[in-house]
Amino acid sequence: MTGVRKTPLWERHLEAGARLVEFAGFDMPVLYTSILAEHRAVRSAAGIFDVSHMGEIRLRGPGAFSVAQRLFTRDLGKLSESRVLYGLLCRADGGIIDDVTLARTGPDDLLFCVNAANAESDLAWIRSVWNDCGRPCELLDESATTALLAVQGPGARAIVDPLLANPAAAPRRWRCAQAELERMPVLLSRTGYTGEDGYEIYLSADHAVEVWDLLLAAGGGRLTPAGLGARDTLRTEMAFPLYGHELSLERNPLEAGLERFVDFGVGFIGEEALCKVRASGPSERLVGLMLESRQVARTGYALAAKEPAGEVTSGTFGPSVQRSIAIGYVQDRFSKPGTRLSVRIREKSVGCTVVPTPFFDRTRTPAGSAKGTADAKGSEAP
Amino acid sequence: MTPRKNYEIPQDCRYSRTDEWIRSEGESVRLGLTDYAQSELSDVVYVDLPAVGSALTAGESFGVVESVKAVSDLIAPVAGEVREVNQELEEHPEWINEDPYGRGWILCLAPAAGPEETDLLSPDAYRKFVEERSGS
Repeated sequence: MTGVRKTPLWERHLEAGARLVEFAGFDMPVLYTSILAEHRAVRSAAGIFDVSHMGEIRLRGPGAFSVAQRLFTRDLGKLSESRVLYGLLCRADGGIIDDVTLARTGPDDLLFCVNAANAESDLAWIRSVWNDCGRPCELLDESATTALLAVQGPGARAIVDPLLANPAAAPRRWRCAQAELERMPVLLSRTGYTGEDGYEIYLSADHAVEVWDLLLAAGGGRLTPAGLGARDTLRTEMAFPLYGHELSLERNPLEAGLERFVDFGVGFIGEEALCKVRASGPSERLVGLMLESRQVARTGYALAAKEPAGEVTSGTFGPSVQRSIAIGYVQDRFSKPGTRLSVRIREKSVGCTVVPTPFFDRTRTPAGSAKGTADAKGSEAP
Repeated sequence: MTPRKNYEIPQDCRYSRTDEWIRSEGESVRLGLTDYAQSELSDVVYVDLPAVGSALTAGESFGVVESVKAVSDLIAPVAGEVREVNQELEEHPEWINEDPYGRGWILCLAPAAGPEETDLLSPDAYRKFVEERSGS
């Protein structure tokens, strides 16, 4: 590692007074003014995130689908043109290599968006599978030349759509479209990691500063730069997993509660192992927890019934739910909503309850009962 | 603008190297976290306060403050007995961020009899101490 990398917008963050921290090898803004204020801006209006640290890996050519189907846990028969799917890359043993989105940007053109921390190992994995398949398509790592901006919030579309050369071509949820923002070509994806409507905008790193400035100028006071701190509180309120916390090589998609992003019978690597897990049922499950106090249950804190029950993987004070919330793995028998547990915080036990997720539900449909939640939830990659 | 340098450091307070302030108010001493401390923590969401009547030992932790990002110990700059705690912080922990020397105060204590504390900083000395750490 030659040092910390910077996104094309690094100087913009510095000028804005952001507090920068190293994340996945990049110097990234954790906050500009306040995590809570940025979180609220995204929930009530719109926020803009620089997520250019994330990786983009493309498969292009007639064999792209056959390679991608080996790699990806979703049925690519569902991947009609311009669709975006959330899913996993797994090892043969079912362990999660990464959680990713896959966008079909052309008839034989597939774009993986991967976590920054995994970009190198993902590329190595994808390359090895591509080799095993006989290299039937092009494999392109576009991470270094691609910037990614997320504009998220109920006001996001009202800011972005008027800037499009053809606003009528704006994609629907879980779709993407090639578009132009002031003559700069972008891939507009109606996806995100916040639980809000909005776009993830892929573009050439060369245009990143121009587009960032353009969006902020168009947004005026209605668009707030938001850092990784708010990104984390927003995704935690939605119980969206974060690789390195909820997901790892030692965890499989079923224990992580991501069954609906695993399509059996399509021949992806890891399918047989996951079939066995499905048959026996996972021994641990990822659950949502609501705490009785405002204390924060942080990563690694122990969960107990009378005996050890599991461990917290992420926790925060949820600014929009106004409660201390956490996600963690517990033994299967403690995973039912309503189960009372305690979390060890600084030598004291604080009560908590297993609850359905997401913690924050804009539509207020009861989680787990509404069909809509399955598509709104989890279906998004960091 | 980065790093921020214009931290508020009132003249009527003295400061610890762990970023608490104290202000003498007649017989008692009021205590809180400095502007620099709240800025470093950002987004305070919880304050664990001691009980009224409990004894604080100089240099020892008497509670914690939690922000979205981190947990930080509260260290007593002086010894004494807690007379009053700011109960409003239970509902409004963000006051520590918004008004660290005012309604974000943490507690009042009756200082223990005995030799005066030695390791507290004047406003000027504290400003230097902050600048040493925030300058990059």
